[in-house]
Amino acid sequence: MTWLEFGFPWLTTAIAWTLIILGALFFMAGSVGLLRFPDVLTRLHALTKADNLGLGLICLGLAWQAGFTPVAFKLLLIWLLALLSSSVSCHLVARYVLHAAAREQRRD
Amino acid sequence: MIDWSSWLFDGLLAVGLLLLAWLTVISADLFRAILFFIAFGLFMALCWARLAAPDVALAEAAIGAGISGALLLDAYRVLSAPTLAAAPALSRLPGLLALLLGGVTGALSWVFWRLPPPVLALDELVQARLADSGVSNPVTAVLLNFRGYDTLLEAAVLLLPLVGVWIINRQTPAPLESIPVGVTDSPLVDTLVHLVTPLAVLSGAYLLWAGAHQPGGAFQAGSVLAGAGALLLLSDRLRPTATPQALLILGLILGLVIFCGLALGVMADGSPLLRYPPAHAGLLILVIETALTISIALTLLLLVSGAAGLRWGRRW
Repeated sequence: MTWLEFGFPWLTTAIAWTLIILGALFFMAGSVGLLRFPDVLTRLHALTKADNLGLGLICLGLAWQAGFTPVAFKLLLIWLLALLSSSVSCHLVARYVLHAAAREQRRD
Repeated sequence: MIDWSSWLFDGLLAVGLLLLAWLTVISADLFRAILFFIAFGLFMALCWARLAAPDVALAEAAIGAGISGALLLDAYRVLSAPTLAAAPALSRLPGLLALLLGGVTGALSWVFWRLPPPVLALDELVQARLADSGVSNPVTAVLLNFRGYDTLLEAAVLLLPLVGVWIINRQTPAPLESIPVGVTDSPLVDTLVHLVTPLAVLSGAYLLWAGAHQPGGAFQAGSVLAGAGALLLLSDRLRPTATPQALLILGLILGLVIFCGLALGVMADGSPLLRYPPAHAGLLILVIETALTISIALTLLLLVSGAAGLRWGRRW
């Protein structure tokens, strides 16, 4: 029961489920990309983009169900922290790959 | 009516847990096995959460998956490449071991199943005396008050692996410069450290405080703080040293010293060891848990660094 219902209780559930399923699809796409793409950089692209959006949509869906409560705020915080750490770790992995490639080139 | 969605979820969780355990044991590649083990820890934490044991779930996620995973990855990095290549590709040993352990688990489950129901309902006993414990979270009441003796011994046991690390360090010192390539000069890492470190300290303090009335406590808070410390270590804010510092040793034993001191201190007015006066129990538990948090955080951080001591790094 939240203020977001606009008088239609089922609407909250429908919107929340749509967001969560959409998020799950993004996770699926990211996982398929991780398995199918040829090298580290393209895999990173698939993984971080899809995971960030996927987690964001799932958190949004859950927050929509929770309404204007501390739980919704915590979900937002979880998403922001995951966003921060995943973008930095993606950056570090990509950087390591570039460093390694540069070393390889110098040796040749 | 059967709740199909939760049956489906729990079923997937249980099958996934067993599958990950099997993959961890059977993997010939050590790195792969470590990753499976970390995933196993996270699944285990989810299982505990589903079993309505959030305290155990928190501890499992932070210590079982997080800190243990970091320790294993650390050990993997230190192991030299030739050693790994020389290891046998895949012997029958892991499979046999898994079967043996599975058999023991099966036998224990069967025995547990056959046990008569307990005569003494411990949960009711705890609930009945909760008011005397000084806290309203039954888990903290058991750990720090009713069974404080166990936690006291646990705090001492936690220091033992560190003594092992010190002994090994004296014989073969760990490499003191082990920052990964291309990490320390990245501006993004600075931003991450500046944002995450205060947040980790804040959530550690919150977990410590919250332990009195909801899931949380010294172990969870300590491992969150140790995680922040590991971040400082990896970004060259902290550096390992070959010998421990006096202040560091003081921090390491602080929890045990204060716990022992208060456990003995309450005997002054004639009550037995570790029996806190109910009027001050809440405060005593908070003091003990705060000291324990500091000691646990430092112990875990030193284990992750694999060194005897720590000093400030170059990059601040």
